[in-house]
Amino acid sequence: MSDEVVIKTEKLTKKFGDFVAANELTFEVHRGEIFGFLGANGAGKTTAMRMLCGLSIPSSGSAKIAGFDVYKQRDQIKKNIGYMSQKFSLYEDLTVLENISFFGGIYGLPDKRVREQARTLINELGLGKEADKLVGSLPLGWKQKLAFSVAIFHGPKIVFLDEPTGGVDPVTRRQFWDMIYDAASTGITVFVTTHYMDEAEYCNRISMMVDGVMKALDTPANLKKQYKAQSMDEVFFELARGAKRKAD
Amino acid sequence: MDVAIHNLVKTYNKGEVNAVDNVSLGVAKAELFGLIGPDGAGKTSIFRILTTLLLPDGGTATVNGKDVVKDYKLIRREVGYMPGRFSLYQDLTVEENLGFFANLFGTTIQKNYDLIKDIYVQIEPFKTRRAGKLSGGMKQKLALCCALIHRPVVLFLDEPTTGVDTVSRKEFWEMLKRLKAQGITILVSTPYMDEANLCERIALMQNGKIMSVDTPPKIIQKFPTALYAIKASAMGRLLVDLRQVDFLASCYAFGEYHHITFKPGKEGEQQTLVQLMNAKGHDDVEIKRIEPTIEDCFIKLMN
Amino acid sequence: MKQFLLFVRKEFYHVFRDRKTLLLLFGMPIAQILLFGFALTNEIKNSKVVISDQARDEASQQIIGRIEASRSFDIERVAMNQAAVESAFKSGKIKLAIIFPANFNEDLMHHHNAKIQIIADASDPNTASTLTSYASAIIMDYQKDLLKTYSLAMNIHTDVRMIYNPELKGTTNFVPGVMALVLLLVCVLMTSVSIVREKETGTMEILLVSPFNPVLVVVAKAVPYFFLSLINLTVIIILSVTIMEMPLNGSVVLLYFESSLLILTALSLGLLISNNTDSQQTAMLISLMAMLLPTMIFTGFMFPVENMPKPLQIISNVVPSKWYYIIVKSIMIKGLGLRAIWKETVILGGMALVLLLISFKTFKTRLQ
Repeated sequence: MSDEVVIKTEKLTKKFGDFVAANELTFEVHRGEIFGFLGANGAGKTTAMRMLCGLSIPSSGSAKIAGFDVYKQRDQIKKNIGYMSQKFSLYEDLTVLENISFFGGIYGLPDKRVREQARTLINELGLGKEADKLVGSLPLGWKQKLAFSVAIFHGPKIVFLDEPTGGVDPVTRRQFWDMIYDAASTGITVFVTTHYMDEAEYCNRISMMVDGVMKALDTPANLKKQYKAQSMDEVFFELARGAKRKAD
Repeated sequence: MDVAIHNLVKTYNKGEVNAVDNVSLGVAKAELFGLIGPDGAGKTSIFRILTTLLLPDGGTATVNGKDVVKDYKLIRREVGYMPGRFSLYQDLTVEENLGFFANLFGTTIQKNYDLIKDIYVQIEPFKTRRAGKLSGGMKQKLALCCALIHRPVVLFLDEPTTGVDTVSRKEFWEMLKRLKAQGITILVSTPYMDEANLCERIALMQNGKIMSVDTPPKIIQKFPTALYAIKASAMGRLLVDLRQVDFLASCYAFGEYHHITFKPGKEGEQQTLVQLMNAKGHDDVEIKRIEPTIEDCFIKLMN
Repeated sequence: MKQFLLFVRKEFYHVFRDRKTLLLLFGMPIAQILLFGFALTNEIKNSKVVISDQARDEASQQIIGRIEASRSFDIERVAMNQAAVESAFKSGKIKLAIIFPANFNEDLMHHHNAKIQIIADASDPNTASTLTSYASAIIMDYQKDLLKTYSLAMNIHTDVRMIYNPELKGTTNFVPGVMALVLLLVCVLMTSVSIVREKETGTMEILLVSPFNPVLVVVAKAVPYFFLSLINLTVIIILSVTIMEMPLNGSVVLLYFESSLLILTALSLGLLISNNTDSQQTAMLISLMAMLLPTMIFTGFMFPVENMPKPLQIISNVVPSKWYYIIVKSIMIKGLGLRAIWKETVILGGMALVLLLISFKTFKTRLQ
């Protein structure tokens, strides 16, 4: 993890009418960091992530993602990030190879590089025999791993992962995190949300959103000390218990 | 047995996919039983067969003594079912949804209100809000009320905690325990291993097969070797280095610690291991024996 | 540009891998071309004509001979009295009647002035105009030939009467067809989509796992659309009668009764479609394709059914709107009662019943 700052926000806010979905978020994320973005449903996580991905314009405040301004340079942001969510990752009716080629090409990689990199990737994942099979026919664990690889295929500076390990078996879940570690070690910053509290431990730093506000931002170890907790589960519980919006 | 399954088989795609592969298990009256396993394990298929929504391709199953194929109409009177995605009418309000389901089962909200009261009071302030505008946790509570409104004999909950935050999940399991105390048999499925401990008995499932059925403590007892937790200041590097140690049988990340097992005959090598790690430049190496968790057991059974 | 092409290529994959939609996309145009190109025409062919020859003399026989020789006419009966002619029109069996009065020959040869009465069913004004023109032309020809032969002006005066729609208003053709179309479309589409939506959102699962017969839930869905359709019907009738001068000569109650039969048919069709589809999109596609095209083609308001080749005429018999169309025209334009249209009513009612039974029977009580 280096000192270079890849995400920097200053009082980033998103309002929908009177409702403040995300309230004056101020934080920094460093290059190669694995940043856990936690929070209960309705706490404002998705809103915040959409702003960081350049998908929605903030109501006020500022942010720079990979050095690009979140108001004026959203297109540049999109070119330099990767995204993967539980709901959508790849096209089920295209083959493994077709998916990789498509997304690689979309992000502007030259054909030759796409082809070579695709071959390497397929071999690394052990999908040699499945290269021409429709993604829809793969088991969930394989799909998620492939989706992650496709999300970082074009070598983005930051990759946003929205609950990437939901519903996956414990072994595959850990293999997935191995991949996250590998990516981080090559300098890709990983911004991940998850409901698995043990995964929170794998992050360099965690933030927790409660009622639209970032209530905690620190390493897992420090947070546990601060809240006198044995596990991240307890920390989360302490912070989320008082939330008003969870009952909304 | 309130629920009895014998050699149940269900295939899709003309036999290509074995969704349920020769499954047998039983759930006793007023038992809180958990089906634990990832997506694709076969949990939803089993639920659908038990709630008479699908026909099995082989084997038999009974619910409250009635056969799922022949007596399906009778079963449909007595069970409560909460499918994944909390099927609620998005454009009806909380009250309207509850009223509809009460009517569907030929009863009224008042009749069995005592059963759902604890749960309903939490969403009652929002009773005129449309179901589509509720948060995940609220939807979950409403769906549970709708499944209970007719006082079912057996309650089937298919992944009720998926997509819901930790706090709501905990509250949900508290509610289930209180329901069980009222005599309702509950069959729950979940991919979250930590929820397994909240059940009386569990079945660990993977790829259509049952790997183990028992109470959580007994399953943990069956773990074949001693389990150790180890940590150091640089966990990522530690994992890589541990994997290269030849006298370790397994090594998995488990949050704050890594869980490791030693190869047969090598259990005494803990100090050797610590020294090895120190030599590799790891600081603050700490190792201790721990009791396995359900997740450890699941991983062991998978291999 | 390159990225755009990549997207295009991906879209090709999606399109070609969706077999069902592909079938529709290629199948429909072919069916349409064949139908519109070969089968559907406004040309008058084989119209049924009744000739009442009260003269039975040389002149009338000659003219009748020429009419028979013409391709456009299919002479159904020869020699009928007034009452018989009237009932033939009422039953919709004939489009044209040519009546030769007694002493036709004598009037023509000796008084040089004869009359032929032509009566046309103008509830379809286009056909009526065309038929009377054909008939008049044949008679004029005969008159010309007489001139040549006898060098004497012999006048055959044709007394043309357009019944049911003396002003030859075009609306009489159109409005009943639009009524059928609207009722069918709304009911089939909305019912099928509404039921399939339950499947898609997952609420159907819970409905099935309950003591309540799920078929009744589905019927409950149909009820609002039933009443909505009756309101729609009322609006169309009011508009067409007041603004478009559509006649309403028969019983309104009967009209609503018959319309209810069509609505029932449509609701059953909607249920049937929903039994076999799992996505709202498919339900919509099938409802539109299965309803719109056959209704427009086979009802008879755009292309008269008699003008179609025999196989298509047979097909039109299974299209409920065809019978409804006949019924509505009989009631509104011809002012007829149940006695005249009991056969069509039974057919329509029978269709409704059969479809209802089939859709109930094929309703899936399980998920697969």
